[in-house]
Amino acid sequence: MVGKKGGSKGMGVAEDAEEELARTPLQAIILADSFTTKFRPITLERPKVLLPLVNAPMIDYTLAWLESAGVEEVFVFCCAHSKQVMDYLDKSNWFGQPNFSVTTIESHNAISAGDALRLIYEQHVIRGDFILVSGDTVSNMSLSQALKEHKERRRKDSNAVMTMVIKQSKASPVTRQSRLGTEELFMVIDPETKQLLYYEDRGDNLKGYLSLDKALLTYNTSISLQNDKQDCYIDICSPEVLSLFTDNFDYQHLRRDFVKGLLVDDIMGYKIYSHEIHSSYAARIDNYRSYHTISKDIIQRWTYPLVPDVQFFGNSATKLERQGMYRAPEIKQSSSSKIGPFTVIGSGTSIGNNTEISNSVVGEGCSIGSNVTIESCYIWHNVTIEDGCKLKHSIVCDGVTMKSGAALEPGVVLSFKVVIGRNFLVPAYSKVSLHQQPIKQDSDEELEYADNSSGITESPSVSGTLDLLNEEERTELPDSQEYEVGDGGVGFIWLVSEAGQEEEWRHSVAPIPVDKLVEIMQISNDETDLPNEDGAFLPPSGELGPDSITNDSNEDAEDIRDDSVIFEREVEATFQRAVEEDVTDDHVILEVNSLRLSYNMASADCAGALFYSVMKLALDAPHDSPNELYKNVVSTVRKWKKLLKYYLSSIDEEIEVILKFEEMCLESAREYSPLFVQILHHLYDQDIIQEEAILDWASEKEGAEESDKIFVKQSEKFIQWLKEASEEEDED
Amino acid sequence: MPDIERLVNDFVAKLSKRKVEGSQATSRLTAELLRSVVSLQRLPPTNSAAVLIEAVRGIGVKLVAANPVELAVGNIVRRVLHIIREEDLSLLTSKTSDLDLSAASDDERTIDQDYDPTQSAAAAAAKSFLRPPSLHALLENMSDKAVPTNNYTSSSGGDTEEKSKADKLARTRKLKHDVIEAINILIEDIDTSHELIAEQAVEHIHQNEVILTLGSSRTAFEFLCAAKEKKRSFRVVVAEGAPRYQGHALAKELVSRGLQTIVVTDSAVFAMISRVNMVIVGVHAVMANGGVIAPVGMNMVALAAQKHAVPFVVVAGIHKLCPSYPHNPEVCLNDMRSPAELLEFGRFSNCMEFGMDSGAPLQVVNPAFDYVAPELVSLLITDIGGHNPSYMYRLISDYYSADDFDLQGRIHK
Repeated sequence: MVGKKGGSKGMGVAEDAEEELARTPLQAIILADSFTTKFRPITLERPKVLLPLVNAPMIDYTLAWLESAGVEEVFVFCCAHSKQVMDYLDKSNWFGQPNFSVTTIESHNAISAGDALRLIYEQHVIRGDFILVSGDTVSNMSLSQALKEHKERRRKDSNAVMTMVIKQSKASPVTRQSRLGTEELFMVIDPETKQLLYYEDRGDNLKGYLSLDKALLTYNTSISLQNDKQDCYIDICSPEVLSLFTDNFDYQHLRRDFVKGLLVDDIMGYKIYSHEIHSSYAARIDNYRSYHTISKDIIQRWTYPLVPDVQFFGNSATKLERQGMYRAPEIKQSSSSKIGPFTVIGSGTSIGNNTEISNSVVGEGCSIGSNVTIESCYIWHNVTIEDGCKLKHSIVCDGVTMKSGAALEPGVVLSFKVVIGRNFLVPAYSKVSLHQQPIKQDSDEELEYADNSSGITESPSVSGTLDLLNEEERTELPDSQEYEVGDGGVGFIWLVSEAGQEEEWRHSVAPIPVDKLVEIMQISNDETDLPNEDGAFLPPSGELGPDSITNDSNEDAEDIRDDSVIFEREVEATFQRAVEEDVTDDHVILEVNSLRLSYNMASADCAGALFYSVMKLALDAPHDSPNELYKNVVSTVRKWKKLLKYYLSSIDEEIEVILKFEEMCLESAREYSPLFVQILHHLYDQDIIQEEAILDWASEKEGAEESDKIFVKQSEKFIQWLKEASEEEDED
Repeated sequence: MPDIERLVNDFVAKLSKRKVEGSQATSRLTAELLRSVVSLQRLPPTNSAAVLIEAVRGIGVKLVAANPVELAVGNIVRRVLHIIREEDLSLLTSKTSDLDLSAASDDERTIDQDYDPTQSAAAAAAKSFLRPPSLHALLENMSDKAVPTNNYTSSSGGDTEEKSKADKLARTRKLKHDVIEAINILIEDIDTSHELIAEQAVEHIHQNEVILTLGSSRTAFEFLCAAKEKKRSFRVVVAEGAPRYQGHALAKELVSRGLQTIVVTDSAVFAMISRVNMVIVGVHAVMANGGVIAPVGMNMVALAAQKHAVPFVVVAGIHKLCPSYPHNPEVCLNDMRSPAELLEFGRFSNCMEFGMDSGAPLQVVNPAFDYVAPELVSLLITDIGGHNPSYMYRLISDYYSADDFDLQGRIHK
């Protein structure tokens, strides 16, 4: 299990050094701080790793997994609310385990994973290869295989500093996010060595395009582009990783800075590899949606043996009943209440008459009144829900009281000890906390720690909370809305920032509303409408992201089509810019040529695409009758004749243009269909298309189906005239 | 007792993380743990048996809670409790009989004739029911115990008190020693249970027979091998035992021992059963009514065997005999294992989208066990021979005390 060769040493190094390394116990670093604000406002009062996940703190899952995977030494890096984390670890007996030592490293000024690792490096506690995870990882994977691969690679190549665990999980084609609510992830992996060559976890930034360095193809015999994988955020690292963080003091984020930094940096030659797991489970709780999804996975037992009815650590035993219902032994349940499938009820909870609970997790010591409906909610410990409340797709933290008749719309988060007033309806996606929302709402990158400068914001006692609130009342902050949560309620509704509102549904515990899905679907359809017009070969779902292309094998026809669609769009955009900004023809030609090279297209494709763009321009110009449209075409063609001519150097290209035009008339720009002959004639007159091209096109179409011959027939007379003219010429 | 606590916590951790697999290994480790508990436990001079019983029971409850699915843990705890009761009882018996024989020679064991009327009464009661004690004896013993043993100390004189103290110490030591001896025998029994069962193989497997088995069980494997070693030639049909497919491993081992082996899928069992002479399977646990808890798929095999009147023979060590009935809500009959054993998570993750409102996501259920009713079991072969399922209650009264059937209940009282 343990490293045979930790450092990057040659064979000459004394053997006992190697033996010594062999005895190093397997170590792991847990970052007990996510350095993000995704779980606000809950994380203002309690660190994320201590939040209950199916009634057990997240960090227990991580520690229990590491212990069973054979890790012997764990360093828990605590930052925000470090005292709470340390107190918990102390109380919960993790420190006293045989063969499993847990040590905490505390810091009050680390604001990112990078800072944390730099600090750990300074402490010189890591002696060999180590596992780097965050304290919100849920997994049951066995590390031995991944470790073995990592060690073997290290022996051959000391530059292989990291192995990243990935697993299959396809992002939704509609929302472009994974089931864990993370952005679609694009990776390029060498299929043979499993080396990671490219990593992009922010699908949004791509805007539908993915650009890879050409060098990737130069140096690798084959690469595979994958977008159906999920990053488990479990990394097996060599000690060099820590020193790399120290050397590059601007590295903050593990993925965005470190991984991408190593991938682009070819001077040092450090390599990152991937290890795919298949049947075992691994995931990280990153946002409310992944909290929801992973909770469900735990209840469905994918994380076995880390499930509620197994006492993996300190969690009280519950009993699994039919249909995935877990009930602790000591609960008071009215006989008229109904508990639906996939529900967990913690011990000491009482449930009143006619109450219905389904797909939910209810913590310990809760009291739930009569006629309450709870659907897909996460109710933590000691919550009081009075009669007639309705809860849907929400998170309710410790000590919350919901007065009778109150209701929660989907996506609500009630932070600690909030009181919701009688008959008050909390609007969808709102977050309610006893704490005031910080006035400065920074970007998403804002760090959890920044607002907890004291670092020891403990969950306040009731009196403490009241003091705090009084204080706030006195200072009367400008934006504050006092107790806007109904009659007798206590708590502030946090305003969602303008930009955030749009995205709120993406990361919420609530399912994505249907109208949102429809909306996105429409947007994506609109986007793909254009290529559909001229290309008509896009898959209907509008999927642009190629699925695991392996370009050593024969490229899928589909992928080539994708390329040509993107290419056409690019050309059109270039042309549009040329029109708007009055770019000279030469520059347009230059740009189109470079596009042609990068997409590996023939010049015929350029001609087709350009022609399409020109016609589109003419069509977009205002017109009332076909006649006016024709005039538009004439003027546009005159203007861009030179450009078109440039690409129409041979008959083939001209034929391509005619075919393209025909396609347009059939599909995207039906207005042109009555004008087909007229325009064709015009193009002939302008010397853009020569008669041979037209004749070739006509003869090519001879054998085609009837439906394809509409335009040939339309232009029959014209062709006839051409033929005669040429014959005449011949006679002359 | 920090030492005991550490040992217990270690084992509890192992059990709860499902790191100990198999009934035999679990039983053995449980017995060993309880042996060290007994030897480390400090006992007061009086009432030592009761203290020991309470200590073992307390630990037993913890162990059972750590892995309620593995019934063997509870069985062994109950066996040890039974051993303590028995030894206590037999100590009294031997003491009274010693009186006549060697009272003068052994100082430590010298006892006044009128020193303890209850003890002699108990001894007398026990005498007539020397081992193996029956249910009747146990019941009588219980009524004796109702009289607390320390009543007499207040009434007796100073001199006798001195004497009796030394005697009690010796008695406590003897009790401990005897219990540990008996647990050693129990451990040995657990170790040899496979051999004892396998010895009976030739009586059951005949020349040119076709035997069907499902999944893999060490007991069944040894049973088959023993018959093979005795020069019986027969064929074995192995149903693979989805989803863990332990049958594959079994088939491999059988072939390496030179047995003719045929592997079939579980679903082909019904098709094969008409050609089979006997079904021999290992099980997870045997219940008090003679029903068995066995790897999933077994009920189907049993039903197929019944349909074709093929004997369904269960081989199980006595440590798998559980004194509870399957309808007892305390008994955890099944273990729902990870769905990952059935299908790969990644490939199906799209069917498990919880973020959408569209319909229910895919559910995968993976129970580990089946319950086979006693009517379907033709014969149960244990260490001590073959029995009818309906005979199990009798075996249970031999090996367990009625007081211990409910471990949990006593703790709460």
